Amino acid sequence: MAEQSLLQVKDLSVAIDNELPILHKINLDIKPGETHVLMGPNGAGKSTLGYTLMGNPHYCVTEGNILFDGQDITDFSADKRAKAGMFLSFQNPYEVPGISLSSFIRNASHAQTGQPIKLLAYKKALKSAMEVLSMNEEYADRDLNVGFSGGEKKKAEILQLLMLNPKLAILDETDSGLDVDAVRTVSKGIMEYQKKKDGALLIITHSTKILESLHVDYTHVLVKGKLIHTGDASLVEEINKNGFERFVSDAE
Amino acid sequence: MSEDKKAVVDINRSAYDFKDIENEKDFYRLKEGLTEETVLKVSEEKNDPEWMREFRLKCLKLYNEMEMPDWGPSVEGLDMDKISSYVRHKEDMKGSWEDVPEDIKNTFERLGIPQAERESLAGVGAQYDSELVYHNIKDEVAAQGVIYTDIESALRTEYADMIKSHFMKLLTPTDHKMIALHGAVWSGGSFVYVPKGVKVDIPLQSYFRLNAAGAGQFEHTLIIVDEGADLHFIEGCSAPKYNVANLHSGAVELFVGKNARLRYSTIENWSKNMYNLNSKRAIVEENGVMEWVSGSFGSHTSYLYPMTILKGDHSKMEFTGITFAGKGQNLDTGAKVVHQGVGTTSVINSKSISKDGGIGTYRSSVVIQSTAKKAKASVSCDSLMLDSISRADTIPGMDIRTDDADVGHEAKIGRISDEAVFYLMSRGLSEEDAKAMIVSGFANPVSKELPLEYAVEMNNLIKLEMSGH
Repeated sequence: MAEQSLLQVKDLSVAIDNELPILHKINLDIKPGETHVLMGPNGAGKSTLGYTLMGNPHYCVTEGNILFDGQDITDFSADKRAKAGMFLSFQNPYEVPGISLSSFIRNASHAQTGQPIKLLAYKKALKSAMEVLSMNEEYADRDLNVGFSGGEKKKAEILQLLMLNPKLAILDETDSGLDVDAVRTVSKGIMEYQKKKDGALLIITHSTKILESLHVDYTHVLVKGKLIHTGDASLVEEINKNGFERFVSDAE
Repeated sequence: MSEDKKAVVDINRSAYDFKDIENEKDFYRLKEGLTEETVLKVSEEKNDPEWMREFRLKCLKLYNEMEMPDWGPSVEGLDMDKISSYVRHKEDMKGSWEDVPEDIKNTFERLGIPQAERESLAGVGAQYDSELVYHNIKDEVAAQGVIYTDIESALRTEYADMIKSHFMKLLTPTDHKMIALHGAVWSGGSFVYVPKGVKVDIPLQSYFRLNAAGAGQFEHTLIIVDEGADLHFIEGCSAPKYNVANLHSGAVELFVGKNARLRYSTIENWSKNMYNLNSKRAIVEENGVMEWVSGSFGSHTSYLYPMTILKGDHSKMEFTGITFAGKGQNLDTGAKVVHQGVGTTSVINSKSISKDGGIGTYRSSVVIQSTAKKAKASVSCDSLMLDSISRADTIPGMDIRTDDADVGHEAKIGRISDEAVFYLMSRGLSEEDAKAMIVSGFANPVSKELPLEYAVEMNNLIKLEMSGH
C-alpha cells in the first residue's frame, strides 16, 4: 500500500485579494520525509504557492483544497497550520523590534506545543542549532531580524526550522542573495533537518546551488501559474544547463 | 441607586475593575459640587493651618475665573456639580497594615501592594479615595533621615516651613483651571524629603485608588531631593469602572537639588470613565538629573504633560513614555521642558499606540531660553496604529532662543503590518498573540526602564488591551 501523503494539493487555484487568479489547478503530493523542488522563471507564482500553503490571508483559494496530515486545512489560519506541522521560511523575513530571536522561538515553540520549555534545555538546544548554522551566539539576544544582514536573516529562518521541528518545511528562495559560503551553511542546516528529523521539504528556488548537497526526490516546474512538469532530481541538472525555455514554450 | 446598577461590566479587567462595595455608613462623602462651603468643609476635615485655608479659597476664586482649555480633547462629559471632591473612610490612616480597615485592605491585597512592599520597596503609601489609609517606610531608610509621609501630617512637624515654601510654588494656581481646582480641594498624596547626600537604594511607592463613583481625586505629591541625594519614586493608579464620570486632578511637584537624581515612574491605569487632568512639574538644579518613566493606559480623556525646568547649569532630564489609547479613549499626552541653565540636556522618547478607534495625541514643548547656551534637546515620538479606525497625531512645539543649541526631532507614525502579523502567525502564534507581541516589542524601550514587576504589569496591561474588544 502506498504511504499516506503528508501534503496533498488538489486542483488549487489562487488569487491575491480577489483579483485575477495567479495559480491554476495545481496538484501536488508530498509524502513524509520527501524533498520536492519547485523551480520556475520569475513571476511564475512560486512564492504565491508558498504563501497560500502557509495561509497568508491575502491569498485566496478560489478553487480546490489543501490536505495536510489527513486534515483539510484550506480554511485554516496560519497559526493552525503551524501547529499542524507546517513551516515557511520567508524570502524576506520581517523585523520585529523589542523581542529577541531567542525568546521569539521559545514563545513560538510554546504556542505550538502548548508546553513551556525549560529554559536551560532550550538554551542548550538553541546553542547547538546555532553552531550548525555558524551563527554568532549574540544573535540569540538581538531583536528578531532587526539589523540582520540578508544572510543572517536566512540563517535565523533555518534556525527556527531546526528548533520548531515541523513535518513539512517550505523554503521560499532561502538561497537568494546569499554568498557561496552562506549557501553552504544554510544547506548544512537543511540537511540536518532532512536527515536527523526526517522532515519533508518543498524547496522553492531559482538557482541550483542550494540543492548540490541535498537529496532530492522530485522536481516540479511552475510556469505562468501552472505546474507543467514533474521529474526526478536529474531535472534540476537539466534546468541548470538549458534553463526554462523548453517549459515556457510548453506552457503557451 | 445601588452600587450594582452603577457598575459597568467590562470583561477582562477584573484585576483592576473589581469593586469592593463601600458600605456607606463607613464612609464620609462630601456633597457633590464645588462651592465655598465645600472647600471650607474639606479644609475643616483636613484641620488645615490658617494659610492653607486661605490658599484654598484663593484657588477656588481663580478656578471660577478661569476657562477650561479649548485646545485639547473635549471634557464636556465632566460636570463638577456631579463630582464629590472628598470621600474618606471614617477610620484614620494607619502605620501598620493589620490595622487598615478590612474592605480597603482587601482592595490593596488584590492589587498586590503589600506584597510589593515586602519584596522590593523602601516604603509604601496607599491612598483610597481622598485619604491616605496607610503609610510606612522601612526603618533603615527612615534612619537615613528620609521623610515619607502624607502632607497633612508633615504640616504638623518641623517640616511645616519646608512644605509651606514649596507647596504649589512650582505648579502655581494661576497656571490653569485644573491646577486651581486642585489647590482648592487637594487631599492626600505624599511628602518626601531626601536629605543631602542620601541615596535611597530601593524605590518608594505611592498607590492611588479611586474607588468611589462620581468622585474626584486630588492628591498632592511633593518631593524634595536635596543636594547629591538619589531617589526612585513610583506612582501607581487605578480605579474600577462606573458609568458616571470620575475626575483625577493630582499635582506632582518635584525639586531636584544640585548633583541630585530623581527618577519618577508612573503606571497609570485609570478606568475608562476617568477624566485624568493631571499636572506634574520638576525643577532641577545644577548638575541634577530628572528621569521620568510614564505609562498611560486607562482613562476616558487624559491631559498629561510632565514638565521639567532645567534651571541649573548642566542639569539633565530624560522622559520615556508610552500611551495606549483603546476604544472610546482620547489621550493627549507628552512632555514639556524649559532649558534655562548652560549646557542643559533633555531627551524625550515617546511612544503611542491606538486601537479600536482610540485617539492618541503626542504633544510636546521644548523651550530653550536665551540663557541656556550650548543646550541639547532631542525629541523622538513613534506612533503605532493597530487598525484603520484609530488615530495618532503628533504636535511637537519648539521655541529656541539661542544660536548654539543642538536640537533633534524625529517622528514616526505607522500602522501594524499584516505581513508581520502573518509572519508571526506562521510560527504558531494566534493573531491576537502575534499583535500583542508586536505591540509589546514596540513598548519594550519603555518597559525595560521600569522595575521588573512593573514591566510585567505593563505587559499584562498590553495583553489586556489587545484582547479586549
